[in-house]
Order: sequence, then C-alpha cells, then structure tokens
Amino acid sequence: MSNPLLKASGLSMRFGGLLAVDDVALTIDEKQIVSVIGPNGAGKTTVFNCLTGFYKPTSGEIFYKDKPIHGLPGHKISRLGIVRTFQHVRLFKEMTVIENLLVAQHRHLKTGLLAGLFKTPGYRRAEAEGIERAAHWLERVNLLEFANREAGNLAYGQQRRLEIARCMVASPELLMLDEPAAGLNPNETDELNELIVSLRDIDGISILLIEHDMKLVMDISDKIFVVNQGQPLADGTPTEIVNNPEVIKAYLGEE
Amino acid sequence: MINKQGFTNGIIAAVVLLILSALLMGVQLANEGTGLVVKLKHAESLTLIAVGAVIVFLFQLFRQPIMGTIGMAKGALPAMPVLPDLKQNPKLKNLLMAFGLAALLIWPFTASRGAIDLATLTLIYIMLGLGLNIVVGLAGLLDLGYVGFYAVGAYTYALLSSYFGLSFWVCLPIAGLMAAFFGFILGFPVLRLRGDYLAIVTLGFGEIIRIMLNNMTELTGGPNGISQIAKPTLFGLEFNRKLKEGGDGLFHEFFGLAYSGTYKVIFLYILAVLLVVLTLFVINRLLRMPIGRAWEALREDEIACRSLGLNPTVIKLTAFTIGAAFAGFAGSFFAARQGFISPESFIFIESAIILAIVVLGGMGSQLGIILAAIVMTVLPELAREFQEYRMLMFGLLMVFMMIWRPQGLLPMKRPHMEMRSQ
Ligand SMILES: Nc1ncnc2c1ncn2[C@@H]1O[C@H](COP(=O)(O)OP(=O)(O)OP(=O)(O)O)[C@@H](O)[C@H]1O
Ligand SMILES: [Mg+2]
Repeated sequence: MSNPLLKASGLSMRFGGLLAVDDVALTIDEKQIVSVIGPNGAGKTTVFNCLTGFYKPTSGEIFYKDKPIHGLPGHKISRLGIVRTFQHVRLFKEMTVIENLLVAQHRHLKTGLLAGLFKTPGYRRAEAEGIERAAHWLERVNLLEFANREAGNLAYGQQRRLEIARCMVASPELLMLDEPAAGLNPNETDELNELIVSLRDIDGISILLIEHDMKLVMDISDKIFVVNQGQPLADGTPTEIVNNPEVIKAYLGEE
Repeated sequence: MINKQGFTNGIIAAVVLLILSALLMGVQLANEGTGLVVKLKHAESLTLIAVGAVIVFLFQLFRQPIMGTIGMAKGALPAMPVLPDLKQNPKLKNLLMAFGLAALLIWPFTASRGAIDLATLTLIYIMLGLGLNIVVGLAGLLDLGYVGFYAVGAYTYALLSSYFGLSFWVCLPIAGLMAAFFGFILGFPVLRLRGDYLAIVTLGFGEIIRIMLNNMTELTGGPNGISQIAKPTLFGLEFNRKLKEGGDGLFHEFFGLAYSGTYKVIFLYILAVLLVVLTLFVINRLLRMPIGRAWEALREDEIACRSLGLNPTVIKLTAFTIGAAFAGFAGSFFAARQGFISPESFIFIESAIILAIVVLGGMGSQLGIILAAIVMTVLPELAREFQEYRMLMFGLLMVFMMIWRPQGLLPMKRPHMEMRSQ
C-alpha cells in the first residue's frame, strides 16, 4: 500500500491552561474523503489550524507526502498543495467573483513587474489561462453567470460555493473544508454533497471535512475521526462510527 | 434652547480656558535684580483672554442651536459633481486624456514664469502623492517616513552629479533604484508590524535618514547641503547662458534663439508633466496586474491570503519598494530643479503634507490625489499674506474635510476586472 497523503501524530495544542487538542493522530490517504466530527468546542478547528500552519502546534508531527510540514508558515503549506476554507466565510468581499479566483492563482500567474508593465506575450498567456481556469471552476460550482458580481453581494450559499472554487483554482491535492454545510438549506447541502464527491472522483483530490451535518458526513466519508474535548475518541468507517458505543455516549450523553 | 447642561459646560470650559491662557499668555517672566519674577503682561492680552473666555462660554451655552446650523449648512453644501462614466466610453476617455495632455504641454508658453514654477512644484507633489498612495491607499500600510526616500533620491542625484559629473538622465533611474533599495531594506524588518506600530517605526526611519544626511558632513555637506547641482539637459543641450566646461552645447544657441531663463523653467515643467504621466501609467498597470489585486486582497483579508499561498510580507514589501522608487524619482527631479538641497528640505512636515494629499484626495484615488496636490500647493501660494496661519488653515481644512467628506475628495473606484463571455 502506498504511503498516506497526510499523516499527523501526537498533535497537541495548548492555549494557556486549556489543552484544546490532546494527542490527536490522523491519516488521510489519496483520493479519500475524511471527516472530523465532534461536539462544539471539541477542538476540530484547532486541528485544522495546526495542520495548515495557522497555529504552531505545541507538540506533534505532521507529514505531507512524507515531508515534515509542522512549523512551516501557512502560505508555504498552502503552496505545497493543502488549501483550506474557514468556518466563517472569508471572501474578498469588495472584489468581483472572477478577481477572487485570480488572487487565488497568484503564484501561477506571471507576477514579474516588467512582464506586466509591458504586457509581454507570456504575461497575456498566463492571464488568459488564469481566467480560463477560473471560468472552468465557476461552471463547476454553478456561478459562471455571476463572474463580474462583487463577491460580497452573492447569496450566502453562493459565497460558500465560491470559497470552494477559490480553493480549487489554486490546484490543491488536499482540500480542507471547515463546516461547509453550515447555514445551507437541504437543497444546497445536496448540491454540496455532489460537488465534494466529484472533487474526489473526477479531480482525484483528497478532502478533509469538518461537519456537524451527520447525514452529509455519513453519506460521503470514507473514514471518520471523532474528537471529544480535544482527545481522539474513535476512528473508522461511517458504519463503525455509528455503532461505536463510545461515540454514542459522547453525542447523546450518558443515560 | 438654553439648558442647564450647556450652562455648566460653558462655565467649566471658560474657567479652563482662563487658567490655561492666563498661564500661557497672560504672565511673563522678568529679571529683577538677581531673581526671576512673574509679571502680569500688558492689559491688551488680558482683554483678549477675557473676550476668549466669554466666546467659549457663549458657544457652550448655545451649542445645540449652533451645531444644528452647521449641520444644515453642511447639507446645503454642493454635492460633488458626478463625473460622466468614462468606463463605458473608452474612446471619449482617450480623447479627453489626449486633449488634457496637450493643454498641459501648451499652457506654459502662455503663462507667467512664477505660475509655471508653481505648477512644477505641484507636479512634484502629485508624483509624491501618487507614490505614497501605493503604500497607504493600495497596500494599506501607514508610512510616516516617506520623505526619507524622497531625500535618498535627491541626494543620490546631487552626490552622483557633483562628485562624478553624471547627467540627470543617468541618475534618474539610479535614484529610483537607490530609493527602492532603501525601501526594501527598511521595509524588510518593519513590515511584520501593523497599523500604529508600523507608522511609528517608519516615522523613525524618515528621521534617521534626515539626521544621517545632516551628520555625514564630509559626504553630504551636512546642514549646509549641496549646491550648484546640475540642471537636466535636453539631449546634452544646456539651458544656461554660458556653456560649462565640457558641455555639449547650449539650447538657445542650438535653436538660434535669444537667451531667456524661461526656457529652462518651461523645460523643467514639461519634464515634470512627463514624469507624472509615466507614474500614472505605471500605477494604472500595477492596479490591473496580479500584484495590484494582491494588495487589495491583502487589505481585505490577510488570513485568507495566506491560506491561498500568498506571502503577505513579500506583497507588502513590493508596495513599499515601488512606492519608495517613485519618491526617489521625484527626489532626483527636485534636486535637479532646485539646484540646492539640504536636510532641511526633508523634514517630517513634508511627510505629513504628502500623507495629507493622499487622505484628502481619497485613499487610493488617483484623480483625487491630483486634485488634493493642487489644493495643497496652490492654496498656500494664493494666500501668501496668511503665511503665518498656514498650519492653522491646514488644520481647519482637515477638520472641514472630516465633517464634509471623510472619504476624500474623490474616493477610489478601482478598475474591476471583467470577464467577457466567449
Ligand atoms: N486562539 C485561541 N486561543 C484560546 N483558546 C482557543 C483558541 N482557539 C480555540 N480555542 C479554544 O479551544 C477549544 C476548541 O476550539 P475549536 O474552535 O477548535 O472547536 P471546534 O471543535 O471547532 O468547535 P465548533 O464546532 O464550535 O466550531 C475551545 O474551547 C476554544 O475556546
Ligand atoms: Mg470549529
């Protein structure tokens, strides 16, 4: 069997007296949808922040494609191919939809000053390619007709889809979504379900998902990790998880 | 109309004013024998203080009706004219710009020497405003030491010209690069700081550069400055009356004209216009380039930028460096025009004026900055008699702007990228 895409072990994060993440281990294989679930305040977002370099974990190791990435700053980890969304929408609200997608391709575009000032053929080509890639992803998330709208003026559900498109134009190999279904109506959640599955099956990327919507999680996950009060509680396939007495206890409370 | 609170406020304000002004203006130290004694000043200033106290008291008493009238006056002020939307009509826009440029280039032949000189100065401030706008308006970094890079540019040309006899045209790009280099090395450590901290540190750097120039007497002449800096030439032709040693030729002789000092003034003016046009061109391109978008994105949400692989430090550093380069260009032109520079030309108040131009114009807006630069340089000249009150008027203008139009004369409208359907 090939090595996992991402492997974290012994991950801990302490905020003063609070041990928000305590000895969490995680593996994500290629072309998998992996979910992290747990009650509010369990430390899911904190795990995300550690994996993506926004927090420096107090201890623990993270390997991406067998290379250590713990301690790297966020933008470097993103460039390696791990791109994430946030629990709250973080679009560039005053920029248009297409501009949001171009900013995400910053490092793929030609950023040389002289090339841009003189609009060299190479610069024009890179820009045209960038717009094409953006258009492709807008089509995939059903937002093509809004390309020239200001991102802040989109409906909430559209903003969430735009966020995913914005990650995808940066061509990640591991996409991390923090509660993408929060605030969506059932219809939109079904669309999201299809979209995430297509990212795995068509684009061949892996997805790490934090989600409270159990139907969505059980539907699409290949593997689920449960955390509770910062500690790993269980991991396994959706069927294993729903039948795990520990998990049931944590979610429903003791009788 | 008169309420109790207004009365109490009035009493308190008047008493505070009496105490403060009596100490500041009403008394005076005098020598008497061997000791110092406190003496009352002449009656005039005491009357003034009393009148002041009464005015303050009355203002507080009738504060509400007065503020109401001001509010109404504010509503009665003319709204800013709405410019025709030129975006829909690029042909008209190009035509207008061509006409504008032609008018700018023809105007000096009909104007007085003093007016041309003032216009050239205004153009320098426009360039500085546009350059600082990259840093403050576009990248959102408050830089209070911008004048330092202006000084670097000016001294680069002055030194290279007086020590090595290099021409203005060779030095112009060098001065820009030199200022950019300073921007880079100063920006590198400080751009991790945010907001107020960044402002304070850049303010310090601006002062350090000035003090260094002041103290490196051997190289820069210290407070005496550098004089007799060579003027720019037109393809080697000089604008002086007599040819300097080793000069290529004289402008008026070459064209068979009688000598006149006006040619030089007009030439400098046209040069400044061209520099400003170049600056505008570069900035407009930058805005539509990935780096321009990255500046805006960074202003909106730095965390999102990092998650997408943008390195905030590098992007801020680019803005800082490019902004400094424009100050360098402006500085070398300033040195060439003035013929004399000293550290006195690069004090903090210059940074403040340039920043005021950016804020007054409407952060990020280029047309606004041009307008603001004109206001800030031409108005003080028109009101020469009020020279002493210049700073007071400056303050009044700022207060007035904050009430009337806090977003600046012409707030920025960024060119949005549009995707055309194939
Ligand atoms: N920067 C921080 N400083 C201090 N405490 C923090 C910080 N970030 C998170 N915490 C704490 O860590 C704990 C875990 O928070 P986290 O946001 O990771 O939970 P979560 O599982 O994402 O919850 P939710 O489902 O509500 O999003 C919480 O008690 C939170 O208050
Ligand atoms: Mg969370």
